[in-house]
Amino acid sequence: MGKYILKRVLMLLPILFGITFLSFAMMRLAGSDVVMQQMDTTGMAFSQEVLDARRAELGLDQPFLVQYISWLGDFLTGHLGVSYVSGEDVFASFISKLPATLLLTVVSIVLTVLISVPLGILAAVRKNRWSDRLIRVCSFAGNSLPNFFVALLFMYLFSIRFPIFPVIAGGTDLKSVALPALTLSVAMSSRYVRQVRAAVLDELNKEYVQAARARGIRFSVTLWKSVFRSCLMTILTLLALSIGSLLGGTAIVESVFMWDGVGKMAVDAINMRDYPVIQAYVVWMAIIYVLVNLLTDIIYRLLDPRIRLGGKEA
Amino acid sequence: MKMAGKTGDGRYQKRKISAKQKLWILLILTLLLLLAAIFAESICPYDPNMQNYDMALKPPDAAHPFGTDRYGRDMLSRVIIGARTSIFSALLLVLIIAVIGTTVGVLCGYAGGAVDMVLMRVSDVCLAFPGLVFALAIAAVLNGGVGNAILALAAISWPKYARLARSQTLAVKKAAYISAARLAGDSPFQIIVRHILPNIRGQILVTAMLDVGTMMMEMAALSFLGLGAKPPTAEWGSMMSEGRSMFQTYPWVVLTPGIGIFVTVVLFNLLGDAVRDCMDPATRKERGIL
Repeated sequence: MGKYILKRVLMLLPILFGITFLSFAMMRLAGSDVVMQQMDTTGMAFSQEVLDARRAELGLDQPFLVQYISWLGDFLTGHLGVSYVSGEDVFASFISKLPATLLLTVVSIVLTVLISVPLGILAAVRKNRWSDRLIRVCSFAGNSLPNFFVALLFMYLFSIRFPIFPVIAGGTDLKSVALPALTLSVAMSSRYVRQVRAAVLDELNKEYVQAARARGIRFSVTLWKSVFRSCLMTILTLLALSIGSLLGGTAIVESVFMWDGVGKMAVDAINMRDYPVIQAYVVWMAIIYVLVNLLTDIIYRLLDPRIRLGGKEA
Repeated sequence: MKMAGKTGDGRYQKRKISAKQKLWILLILTLLLLLAAIFAESICPYDPNMQNYDMALKPPDAAHPFGTDRYGRDMLSRVIIGARTSIFSALLLVLIIAVIGTTVGVLCGYAGGAVDMVLMRVSDVCLAFPGLVFALAIAAVLNGGVGNAILALAAISWPKYARLARSQTLAVKKAAYISAARLAGDSPFQIIVRHILPNIRGQILVTAMLDVGTMMMEMAALSFLGLGAKPPTAEWGSMMSEGRSMFQTYPWVVLTPGIGIFVTVVLFNLLGDAVRDCMDPATRKERGIL
């Protein structure tokens, strides 16, 4: 197991290198010349000599790769520069807004489980009956709605027509998190209802279910004691893998609901062309994403003896 | 309690139209939608960009079935014109990622070795960015616009096709007829074009068809954030973004383009499922999608 973890961590290194390199290159290509930005904000006239001197001071006259290495050094020590707009340290504001996004993510995952698991099992058990078809139609519709449209619809329904929840998040309390989390869980649940249904159907088609039935064991006992348990792994893996994509998907929903997390910070930064903030967001989200995926793989191996003992790659 | 898996299957399939018929119906509907998008100007009842402040924010009625926006522009005409940008940009995007992804994937699968290693690590890096995060950043760097939004989404979406094409190529490569072709003196290029591509194009096509709806929603999302189509160009995502502040009092300015996206995405998703069902009847019963 230790060997496997070490191998996976080593495999991660080139990817982390790629992530940082791409993020750095992208922002440099944007022509986001820090010096021009700084000079423009001072509002004073400046000569080419002043510009060159300032560039040399910041190391911007160095070759691209040298700049990247020095940026990487700064990045590893938590110095990602300051925001063009607020002048605040980018890394500090990212860290301070991260908990709000994590809360939103966790609540939406909990909601997704509460919606998709029971509905998926129901759909599988009642295969091709009207309840199954209704669930499938809803999941199909949920998959065809962009999340910003769902966000606006929920806002209209639950905040304006029936004022149960606040229109914009007042803070990071449970009442404010409800609508954005529900919005995010619509798309996810729609996808997972199908997956849960397929997983349960696969299990129901196995011979032990028939055998249990032949021995006179009640169907509900087979369903909960055997079928549900063997599906649990599939369901857990799906959820763990969706944490990453969810982290990326929060940006739009956060900005619609004015939820003060990293996603809204990124969208605001994009509108202001505040490149250091965008860069910090991209790099850190990608790192969180690959780490979550790595953790999922490791936990999966720990939990599932079939993979652990078989020694196969997950 | 009845056993699941047996319930009503017989009854259900008798009433069901065949997969082929369904595919034809959906193809005709999609064709109609595409024609409507191409000939949008002639179908529109009004000039989609004509402003008329006397008519601003009128609710839907006989003259303006979808109402009007804050400049008095006819929403129905704008939704019809918007279909062109939304649908064709999504189709172009899917075409681009399918072609690039497949090319890379087949090359990796066929060549193997260092080429495979390098290109697959590049795709790993592109896949390491969650969801729209990377696309948002690229679109922001490139300053928005439909073309740049397509570029941004293409950058994050091609690896999926590369991986699919690669694994399919690896599977096909082992077949005896590939060795036969090689012994017969076919060049690698001939083998790829004549033997590998025809064998993997079905899978790629199905994936691409199922992707059109998703890509349309992602394009709309970028436009909604102001990183795609720019006003006054009518595009569904940017129309919804424009109407957002008026949603409370004038819901139709957001609902009509939203319904436009929804209906189109549903249609393309149904079409994608139908194509898959026709090509691979085995999955239909198991997955049981609609």
